[in-house]
Amino acid sequence: MSIAQRVGAPRIVPTRGIPYPTGDPSLAKADENAWRLRLVKTALGALATPVKQPTVFEVA
Amino acid sequence: MSRVVHYINQFFAGVGGEDSADTPPTTRPEAVGPGRRLAQLIGPEHEVVATVFCGDDRASGDPAAIAAIIDLVRSGQPDLVVAGPAFTSGRYGLACARVAAAATAAGLPVIASMHPDNPGLDEAGGAPVVASGEVARQMGPSLDSLAAAVRRVLAGETLTADDGRIGAVPRRSRVADANAASRAVDLVLARLGGDAAATEVPLPRFDHVNPAAPVSDLATATLALVTESALVPDDNPDHLESARATKWLRYPLDGRDSLAPGEWRSVHGGFSTAWANEDPHRLLPLDAARRLESEGLIGSLYPAYLVTAGNGTSVGNARRFGIEWAADLRHSQVRAAILTAT
Repeated sequence: MSIAQRVGAPRIVPTRGIPYPTGDPSLAKADENAWRLRLVKTALGALATPVKQPTVFEVA
Repeated sequence: MSRVVHYINQFFAGVGGEDSADTPPTTRPEAVGPGRRLAQLIGPEHEVVATVFCGDDRASGDPAAIAAIIDLVRSGQPDLVVAGPAFTSGRYGLACARVAAAATAAGLPVIASMHPDNPGLDEAGGAPVVASGEVARQMGPSLDSLAAAVRRVLAGETLTADDGRIGAVPRRSRVADANAASRAVDLVLARLGGDAAATEVPLPRFDHVNPAAPVSDLATATLALVTESALVPDDNPDHLESARATKWLRYPLDGRDSLAPGEWRSVHGGFSTAWANEDPHRLLPLDAARRLESEGLIGSLYPAYLVTAGNGTSVGNARRFGIEWAADLRHSQVRAAILTAT
């Protein structure tokens, strides 16, 4: 995430690990799917939000 | 009389805007668009004998385009090739820089023109580029400095920063007029005197990313999934590199609602891919995106994903991938993209 900010990515959604940006292997399958859905919904929210500089959108 | 062949894009050639961005390389035996003013400024002892133009998407996205452009340029038998001005236009700047680099490699003298912030600048390699204004409104003064540079080069002189030369300059050995110690002291004194820019070794520029405007109507927009996680079909049919990628690829998603384990594989060399190979959605959230599509939160999902391997990738290649992805997606009416990064 710090790299994304440093290179100036405007809209950043933090995830839980480099090898699985849109997953979390520590969760049961159904919970992981729910997490991924929330993550992508957060990304959609970020895309609809005006930003002026690198901005982090935490998953709700 | 010297012969100049001028390269411009489809817009300045008067062919059209984004709707014509796929225009293939084309030539006309005369000055066109900004070339007409350039011809006045360098005349009458030099002549713009031909204009070569190409659509921005074609020039920046089709690997064969630059060679085709150079063939057309060469058929004009130029003493000098001129490309631009491209201002801060990314695809046009990339095309001008590549034309300049390819012309140099082909032994043709060349000058490109673009703004120092143009993301294409680095692709010129050591080929001469002079600064233009930031936007096309500054065409007048940009052509004045370009024409002055053209006259100097055709007079057999070498361009320097005083001519507005920007970008990388090939290193050449020369004998300095003072030794390193006294030059260093001179620079310290200049610094103390308030000249913060004085240097013999300019540092690379840092990018500034202008955030895109928010998408107000996601429910009707097309969304794309793109990734640098090197997720490819299991047999890696196009041989994506696991590190220092030189290319990006596109794989179809139409008709797919999910990514089955065993059919897909990450060839990324920078992290353990075991979790991703167990469930490819951990790299590319196709299942979630399809669900949001069916719920109407997004208009539609772009029917393919773009992928490269972001592992030790050179900044130059990464910048090129970004420009090409943006051009490609915009051309396909995609309004927004989610890039999953590892």
